[in-house]
Amino acid sequence: MKRIIQLTINDKEYEVAVEPNQTLTDMLRYELGLTGTKKGCEVGDCGSCTVIMDGIPVNSCLVLAMQANGRKITTIEGLETEKGMHPIQKAFVEKGAIQCGFCTPGMILSSKSLLDKNPNPTEEEIRAGISGNLCRCTGYQKIVDAVKSVGK
Amino acid sequence: MSKKEIYAVKGLSVPETPASAQEPKPWKQTQMVGKGIPRVDAYERVSGTAVYPSDVLLPDMIYGAVLRCPHPHAQVKKVDVEAASKMPGVRAVITGDTPEARVEWTYSKEARSSLFDPHCRFEGEPVAAVAAETPYQAEDALRAIRVEYDVLPFVVDERDALKENAPSVHGAGNVLKTEKYERGQVDRGFREADVVLEENYRTECQLHTPMELHGCVAKWDGDRLTLWESTQGVYAVQAEVAEVLKLPLSKVRVVGHYMGGGFGSKLKAGKYTVIAALLAKKSARPVKLFLTREETYLAVGNRPPNNMRLKAGVKKDGTLTALDFSCTGTGGAYPSGGTSLVDWLVRDLYKCPNVRTECTDIAIHTGPARPFRAPGHPQGAWVLEQMMDALAEAIKMDPVELRLKNIPNFSQGKEGNPPYSSTGLKQCLEEGAKAFQWKVARSKALAPGETGRIKRGVGMASCLWVVGGGWPPSTVILKLFPDGSLNLNMGASDIGTGTKTVMALVAAEELGIPLGKIEIEHADTGTTQYATPSGGSKTVPTEAPTVRAAAISVKQQLLEMASKELKLDAASLVFQEGSIAPAKDPSKSVKITDLSELKKRGVVVGIGYRGPNPENKAIIPFAAQFCEVEVNTKTGEVKILRFVSTNDSGRVMDRLTYDSQVIGGITMGIGLAMTEYRVLDRDQTGRMLNRNWHDYKLPTALDVPLEMTSLPVDREDSQANSVGAKGLGEPVTIPTAPAIANAVYNATGIRITETPISPERLCRLLAEKRKEG
Ligand code: FES
Ligand code: FES
Repeated sequence: MKRIIQLTINDKEYEVAVEPNQTLTDMLRYELGLTGTKKGCEVGDCGSCTVIMDGIPVNSCLVLAMQANGRKITTIEGLETEKGMHPIQKAFVEKGAIQCGFCTPGMILSSKSLLDKNPNPTEEEIRAGISGNLCRCTGYQKIVDAVKSVGK
Repeated sequence: MSKKEIYAVKGLSVPETPASAQEPKPWKQTQMVGKGIPRVDAYERVSGTAVYPSDVLLPDMIYGAVLRCPHPHAQVKKVDVEAASKMPGVRAVITGDTPEARVEWTYSKEARSSLFDPHCRFEGEPVAAVAAETPYQAEDALRAIRVEYDVLPFVVDERDALKENAPSVHGAGNVLKTEKYERGQVDRGFREADVVLEENYRTECQLHTPMELHGCVAKWDGDRLTLWESTQGVYAVQAEVAEVLKLPLSKVRVVGHYMGGGFGSKLKAGKYTVIAALLAKKSARPVKLFLTREETYLAVGNRPPNNMRLKAGVKKDGTLTALDFSCTGTGGAYPSGGTSLVDWLVRDLYKCPNVRTECTDIAIHTGPARPFRAPGHPQGAWVLEQMMDALAEAIKMDPVELRLKNIPNFSQGKEGNPPYSSTGLKQCLEEGAKAFQWKVARSKALAPGETGRIKRGVGMASCLWVVGGGWPPSTVILKLFPDGSLNLNMGASDIGTGTKTVMALVAAEELGIPLGKIEIEHADTGTTQYATPSGGSKTVPTEAPTVRAAAISVKQQLLEMASKELKLDAASLVFQEGSIAPAKDPSKSVKITDLSELKKRGVVVGIGYRGPNPENKAIIPFAAQFCEVEVNTKTGEVKILRFVSTNDSGRVMDRLTYDSQVIGGITMGIGLAMTEYRVLDRDQTGRMLNRNWHDYKLPTALDVPLEMTSLPVDREDSQANSVGAKGLGEPVTIPTAPAIANAVYNATGIRITETPISPERLCRLLAEKRKEG
């Protein structure tokens, strides 16, 4: 049976009716149409479904929607402001840290939560920070460069 | 930088306009092409607003799922869907007994099958499918389907498949075909050699695993079908679906737009495409059907495993005298190129008069292969490039030197031995060695007295890719509006390589229009022009000259309009920054946006067609890669420290996307060399054991070197086509694995002839070597 949960997504309050077995990924994508959060495996291997929950990056495919009750979620759709793209998004654009772009939202959110905690990460720290996000296209180097350029 | 600043380009002048029927000259100087300009669709990709096929949400849409055979070989006796059909939310169930689903399916020309073939020849063959209101309900319904199987004996390793009494895949023996090639006199060649070496090699089966899953959304409007499919080629999907469902092409619209990677596994439709269409028809609802990650490991292709042997002869001065290569391989249960192009580098990369190859493709009970980035080449390179390294050592020559000695200027492997339109192999080797500081690095690694447990080594390898010139057909339409903005309409998919960006740059270059004013329609059979699938490193050399031709047509029409307006001969007019003026009197210019005929007509439509390639020329990209590794001789761990890749792919069209391709290609090659391989339960169950990214390991950000350098040999190939570019996507991944193996050899003296270079394997070989002393 569906239950109503309340949560904050990208600074907006939501009330959503969810099935007890629905994942946070599916809730975001199907119930709210926030398809910037991607699905690559649904078993926690790839990080394409990464969102930030109460300041911590999580694989949203491993979180039940119910568990997000009362939490604060940031998805890729929440990064842009009236001032434009988030500096990490801009860096990804300028450094060419994108190919197919399917891993990109997850990469950006993992990078953001790293930079929020550690504004000047070393290359090793950046690599460790995004090591839960797989990318089959780019070879990571430009992603690391992009994050580094924001860190400075 | 704001978006506006990135995209605004001021004061563009445009290249000369050829008269109609005249070939355009190569660009002298470029303003847009070849720079590092960010992707035109970068914003969409970083903001989450790009809609991939798996993101498509339609009102009333329901979800499909496929039940797959859990055995490598079985006969379906009975499928009972009664319980499943009554489950909550279920709207359609189809099986091989459903009349509409009794359609033919061709895995390959040689082997016809059906959509739900009761004779399942691999684990993962579809047996039934459902559509339900939610993905969870669809999943539940699958579990309620009861299937009775006759489980049959299987063979899932091609090395077992030729044994006597091996279970047969298609009724007779398991050899699908043997292909032979020979030139010169191989035996005499070996007699002329000073050194002859012989070695066996093997590469394991690699899986594509693009980040976006395979699948589509299917929707019917009356008898018209629309598919949003994650694909490299919308027209290929259209043709296949129309044929299977016996529909006119015009009734099948395939929309691609964004897609999350394919690497060859999404060149065609899948059974899932047709199943989605059938479920949508039956339920009268749009159906989204995307495979699970697990299913993609079984049923949507792979790079075949290959067992290879090479015997090679060389003279003391480095002249190759003979190459004798043989291999077996398997494309799985249906003929799908288990050995295709594996011998190509042996035939074509180095000068050698006497060459013999023999390739035997074998059937086994596993999912059919699909082309995987540079089919056959990384496997062949694994053999040839390690052998070149060994030959160089045997004749005491530097491996780079040995390769430089054997550079051909024509294709020895192709019919009629056509000359290369350009060959930058020499530059790749020389410039790469220089940038890598090959000599210094090698002498350091070779220096005696390294007694520590960590050993350093360097290695290199080179390659070519069999086709890099693109080819017809392709049509591109450009529409220039009276306000000076442009619409670029092409059928090609941008699979992540930057196709849209490169094409926009070509249009901008030729027409002097800033990128911000160019909009692209692409990858839609309903609204865009015919194109072959994006793959095989052919998209840029196919589409870019087509865009240029369309742009030139637009310019010619504008000159005609201006000629009427200025009452001057069109041939006397030239473009200058958004205006047209007499060449002799620039002050009498008319702004393009002021042309009255343009305003009246509302648009100028320029159509470009891809012309033929030059006759009797081989248009081939080349590359060389250099790497340095650190081997822990106690644990067998290999750390890759740095890579330098030099590529001759003709003109660099966009530096940012170019470098990204190179680094991504190296990374995929690192996967093949180090961690990626399919594990099958060869004896007990025949099932795949590592069908997820946890057990099948892709390189992560921590597994690739901190330093990867892309160094283009940026020389336009003016014979190849009007933009001077050759393909890039495949050569970037071909030499990687053997370069690493050569570096490991350099560090340890151990020749690793089988992938992956895992710590277990290396440890075992190190221990054996210590025992031998
Ligand atoms: S989809 Fe969640 S980790 Fe892959
Ligand atoms: S850009 Fe394609 S997976 Fe990362």
